[in-house]
Amino acid sequence: MKDQEYLDMDFTDLLSGTTLNRRNFLKRFGGGIIIFFSIGDASAMMQEQRRQGYPSDFNAYLRIGADGRVTCLVGKIEMGQGAITSLAMELADELDVSLDSVDMVMGDTDRCPWDMGTFGSLSTRSFGPYLRQAAAEARAVLLELAADQLKKLIDQLQIKDGTVFDKNNAKIKISYAQLTEGKIIERHLEQKPSPKKPSEFHIMGKPVFRQDAKEKVTGEAKFAGDIQFPDMLYAKILRPPAHGAKLKNVDTSEAEKIAGVQIIKDGDFIAVLHKYPDIAEKALKKITSEFDIPEAKVDDKTIFDHLLEVASKGEVVAQDGNIATGEKMTSTIIEGKYLNSYVAHAPIEPHTAAAKIDGEKITVWASTQAPFRAKDEVAQALGFAPENVRIITPYVGGGFGGKNQNQQALEAARLAKLSGKPVQVAWTRQEEFFYDTFRPAAVVKIKSGLSNSGAPVLWDYHVYFAGERGSQHFYTIAHHKTTAYGGWSGRDSAHLFGVGPWRAPANNTNTFARESQIDMMAEKAGLDPVEFRLKYLKEEKMRGVLKAAAERFGWTTAPSPSGRGYGVSCGIDAGTYVAHIAEVAVDKNTGQVQVKRVVCAQDMGLVVNPQGAKIQMEGCITMGLGYALTEEIHFKGGQILDTNFDTYELPRFSWLPKIETVLIDAKEEAPQGGGEPAIICMGAVIANAIYDAIGLRLFQLPMTPERIMDAIRQG
Amino acid sequence: MNQTIKFKLNNKPISIAVDGERMLLWVLRTDLGLTGTKYGCGEGLCGACTVLVNKKTVRSCQIAVKDVAGKEVITIEGLGKKGNLHPIQHAFIKHDALQCGFCTPGMILTASDLLLKNPQPDVEEIKEAMEDNLCRCGAHNRIVRAIQTAADEMKGGKK
Repeated sequence: MKDQEYLDMDFTDLLSGTTLNRRNFLKRFGGGIIIFFSIGDASAMMQEQRRQGYPSDFNAYLRIGADGRVTCLVGKIEMGQGAITSLAMELADELDVSLDSVDMVMGDTDRCPWDMGTFGSLSTRSFGPYLRQAAAEARAVLLELAADQLKKLIDQLQIKDGTVFDKNNAKIKISYAQLTEGKIIERHLEQKPSPKKPSEFHIMGKPVFRQDAKEKVTGEAKFAGDIQFPDMLYAKILRPPAHGAKLKNVDTSEAEKIAGVQIIKDGDFIAVLHKYPDIAEKALKKITSEFDIPEAKVDDKTIFDHLLEVASKGEVVAQDGNIATGEKMTSTIIEGKYLNSYVAHAPIEPHTAAAKIDGEKITVWASTQAPFRAKDEVAQALGFAPENVRIITPYVGGGFGGKNQNQQALEAARLAKLSGKPVQVAWTRQEEFFYDTFRPAAVVKIKSGLSNSGAPVLWDYHVYFAGERGSQHFYTIAHHKTTAYGGWSGRDSAHLFGVGPWRAPANNTNTFARESQIDMMAEKAGLDPVEFRLKYLKEEKMRGVLKAAAERFGWTTAPSPSGRGYGVSCGIDAGTYVAHIAEVAVDKNTGQVQVKRVVCAQDMGLVVNPQGAKIQMEGCITMGLGYALTEEIHFKGGQILDTNFDTYELPRFSWLPKIETVLIDAKEEAPQGGGEPAIICMGAVIANAIYDAIGLRLFQLPMTPERIMDAIRQG
Repeated sequence: MNQTIKFKLNNKPISIAVDGERMLLWVLRTDLGLTGTKYGCGEGLCGACTVLVNKKTVRSCQIAVKDVAGKEVITIEGLGKKGNLHPIQHAFIKHDALQCGFCTPGMILTASDLLLKNPQPDVEEIKEAMEDNLCRCGAHNRIVRAIQTAADEMKGGKK
């Protein structure tokens, strides 16, 4: 499967019907899994796997060892979001084994069932049902096998912690391990049993600590860069100074003089290999090179005009009523133009991979969110048969969307082939900033209107290059239209460098714009921002989270700007409803914003691990402070000016507000996304709080001290 | 130019023949196979490579290995082990004070330096001490609480 095909999947809310109806290249398969049909020449095998989706044989997901330990096999990976814990909980609960007896194997393409990748907050809501179904069937089969062995009726038996007992005589028992003796279970059921109801859960729904914490606090946890072989070489690759630059000439003679250095040249691909990474880096610096650099026509200031200029015809995402009628009914027009800069993923672990070839087979240990995609890419790039490519995913040191791109895995694989040695490629921080697929710079233009009575009657929404996820409003507005121009994938060539999905792609941009605009409308209507929203929100679920957030916050009615520094924002992402309320203090002399408190209420249906869900909410809120306040990529043409954390500022300890999270109890409903939703409101909730504090509205993210001082000066 | 450098690593004396100008981070990770110390930025800006040298935090990507000669180096592998965790490690687990875990070794060693200097820090002092350690997953508030818990436990004389 090629890059473009994955990109085309668009990370939209894959379970949202509206998206499906519009997209003719997506098909819905049984059970809600969505398979993308290839339009390129991806390998037949992968096409076949995609057609099949997740396997139906439960043995693909689990193995019971002779020692009674249960191995859970999943194509998902662990990058901090806690799937290692929540998926183990789902399996253990359905199989009726103790959580401690489950060993997770994640993201190993030889051992685990095919998976598209770990993104889109899909692990629990989309993959989880398959895992639970597999475990439920395995449990039912084991129960039948036990009944045969113990010569009892199934009704006479019960299961606890992987052992089947006679209900009336606990001495009559047999364990799963005794039943299976470490072998694959051949028996399957015609009639598939239903997974458990929430009332039957004994593990799911209760807070559980991370299962990987012990390894991670002792330094034992292995990441891709920690995979070493005695004869492994570390590679450093010659990089261009700017995107689009072409190598004119190169001289590697000085580098070659360093003992133990091996130089690889394959066209413009030039790498230095050494048994120590720092010596390879030193040798790389001895290479002299000249590049032709294209003239810089766009920079971080002019990018927004550029985007509006190059935007092609828009696509209507949603509409109802008639914009012209809405305009006629409008007595107060409110217009907003919202901008956000390019933002980096900046995981603390840069892209890293180690590759080793044994005969016809290559194994790549990669820091990736998409191991099966990496498998395809490596096979294609090296001309290996896909079955001879194995990707193993150790712990991933943060991804946030950025590690769907596997360039480093391809580089390691290519160099292993060219050098005949195992090779590790670990990007430097500068390379990470250079090759990251940024959240795209984007523009949103909104024209909205209120009637004489202050009711919203018009909503004309245009989003450029952010993408459509989260672009549809959820308020009662009779005449509305939402138009999207370009997406976040970058395939429309609007950008000079890579862009891609960034935690809750598109939704951060869209929610910033929509919820800022709603606040302006509330003010014009003379209503407090919570009151206005509650009055015009369409769905009870959304009203529910907003009320819960307001109650926890202790919101008291006051139209904005009240001087209190309180802001509110609502949003929907990955099927989950969120409402945030924040309190900020703004220093009018410096433009510094301190976020003092953030309350977030979230309705995500069934919560498998409430502990993990709350941690994701906290993580989202913390990460969101960055794109709201400081994070933006500075660039001149294809040259990325930010190379490290000195100019690209991530949230730090001193920034941290008090964070309070509220989970709505909705356990009878299907589980929804958890890794992304709580980040989407962070731009708007802070912008609205700043407005409430000082009466000035910021229309551009990030809201840096300079931009706030500019707003203060302009009044 | 290789030279013999002797220092104490995780409470054991070691002697290695190495180019003394190389940064400690890479010698630890490659020559000595201690991969718990992480590369995050290479410029001393993120704290992922933090180790203790003579009980003080040092960015191992910024210190040449010759400069630790005769000194005592503690990495995450030397702070505690499974089954005998340091109170800070234990507190990180108890508070779920990590997500991806990549910054965690540096966080824990920085916290251990703080608690050696100031056994009963308040929240502001903890934040100040941890300020230059970056965490992208957003575990900050839990890390602060974990350090408070560890401080309480260590005060009780457990370690």
